[in-house]
Amino acid sequence: MSDIVLEIKNLTRRFGAFTAVDSLTLSVNAGEVFGLLGSNGAGKTTTIKMLTTLLPPSSGEARVTGFSITTQAVGVRRAIGYVPQAVSVDGSLTGYENLLIFAKLYDLPHREQQARIREALEFMGLTADGGRLVGEYSGGMVRRLEIAQATLHRPKVLFLDEPTVGLDPIARDAVWKHLIDLRANYGTTLFFTTHYLEEAECHCERIAIMHLGKVAALGTCKELEASLGSGHTLNNVFVHYAGTALDSGGNFRDVSAERATAQRLG
Amino acid sequence: MTAIFIHPLTGFVGKTFVITEFELRKLRHDFTELITRALQPALWLLIFGEVFSRSGMMHTGNLPYLDFIAPGILAQSVLFVAIFYGINVIWERDLGIVQKFLVSPTPRAALVLGKGFSAGIRSLSQTVIVYSLSLLLGVKLNGSPLALLNVLIIVVLAATLFSTFSLIIACIVKTRERFMGVGQVLTMPLFFASNAIYPTDIMPGWLKVISHLNPLTYVVDALRTFMLADSTSTFGLDIDYAVILLTTILLVFIGARLYPRLAT
Repeated sequence: MSDIVLEIKNLTRRFGAFTAVDSLTLSVNAGEVFGLLGSNGAGKTTTIKMLTTLLPPSSGEARVTGFSITTQAVGVRRAIGYVPQAVSVDGSLTGYENLLIFAKLYDLPHREQQARIREALEFMGLTADGGRLVGEYSGGMVRRLEIAQATLHRPKVLFLDEPTVGLDPIARDAVWKHLIDLRANYGTTLFFTTHYLEEAECHCERIAIMHLGKVAALGTCKELEASLGSGHTLNNVFVHYAGTALDSGGNFRDVSAERATAQRLG
Repeated sequence: MTAIFIHPLTGFVGKTFVITEFELRKLRHDFTELITRALQPALWLLIFGEVFSRSGMMHTGNLPYLDFIAPGILAQSVLFVAIFYGINVIWERDLGIVQKFLVSPTPRAALVLGKGFSAGIRSLSQTVIVYSLSLLLGVKLNGSPLALLNVLIIVVLAATLFSTFSLIIACIVKTRERFMGVGQVLTMPLFFASNAIYPTDIMPGWLKVISHLNPLTYVVDALRTFMLADSTSTFGLDIDYAVILLTTILLVFIGARLYPRLAT
């Protein structure tokens, strides 16, 4: 019972007549790496926004480390870290300053702040660049700084919305190496969305494929491949469960935001 | 985990100053903004002020016209810069910065007031400029430290008030294009329906009523009283302070309610 850090029950979000997330039910174990897959507009970002208390659900409930996202939002906020899809560090501050402001906002004890920041910079391989303006960072460095910022207060659950969008393969590998280390050292649960199937295949313990706001398939990578019979790849699985309305998802704002992010990071 | 039991009020004040501190740190890396702020008040005082002063068309009682409008131009300059503050918030929303702050346990009102307050402190640069120009033009200023302190407080409060108003507009319209449109539409009426460049006595009745509902009028009245050597308040300084403070508190409250809309 205490092993479940994230419990989602019938979580639903409507925008007018459109149901973005439709009665989603899921649970995620402590320390798990959980991937949420799906085409554009499948409801992944809306799900993450509800779980991080940015967006109130239309109905249903979710508990993060036991705190309700609807009635105990502050408890949830203290327990989680969030790396949004768009760039979330401030280019007009240094890397160090970007971390210092969050150390203060999360009430880290004053005497621990410097040590934590130093540790976070070192952990993400940014020690030499802490004093530079973030506006001068490369895309991979920006993402690593964002992860450092989101994990400074040692959250139990880290939510990442497309953490590697717009990064080259080398920067992607570096980001993942740091994420896996993070989990190994602090037991952080990783809940992330991605378009990159091979990422899900390499790093996830379990995968949920979302389609039109619902979970179309859930299980380990092997289970999902086996569910279609022998000789199938995750790619086949994805097309099978999420491919019927291919290219129908996502609106102009989603796509332009994603491309802008890719451009800034890349 | 003692940190969790921090008193809500000290937590709120502390967080407000954290936000303000980091907004101001950004200035250190880009100074040009402070210089561009100087241009508008200089034009208004040196051109508009000089011309109308010579024409003798404005009847401003015992005050020379240039003395009369110097505090008005300071207030105007504060308004014109503050009213576009919301564009920064929209920019931070289009990145993911607003979202990240909203996911932190920071009180929403601290996020809003902290930003407003930083805009307030930034406008102190305009105070320096308007004072320098006034000295140059021979405006009779009140040099007492207490009066100066009051001017600084009014300027910071006024910029906080109008930048929070701007943030509220940003939370409602959400896009840069619409925001610029609304900002343009609002600045001139706020400016003209005030006592900044002419006394309310010479206004038609309907405009006078509107000007008395405009917080800028009370900002100008307080600035004129504190800044000039011999000027008396039209409304009373207690009324000026009360209107400015209450409006600011009300706007911060509304802003705190609307700010989370930026993340949706």
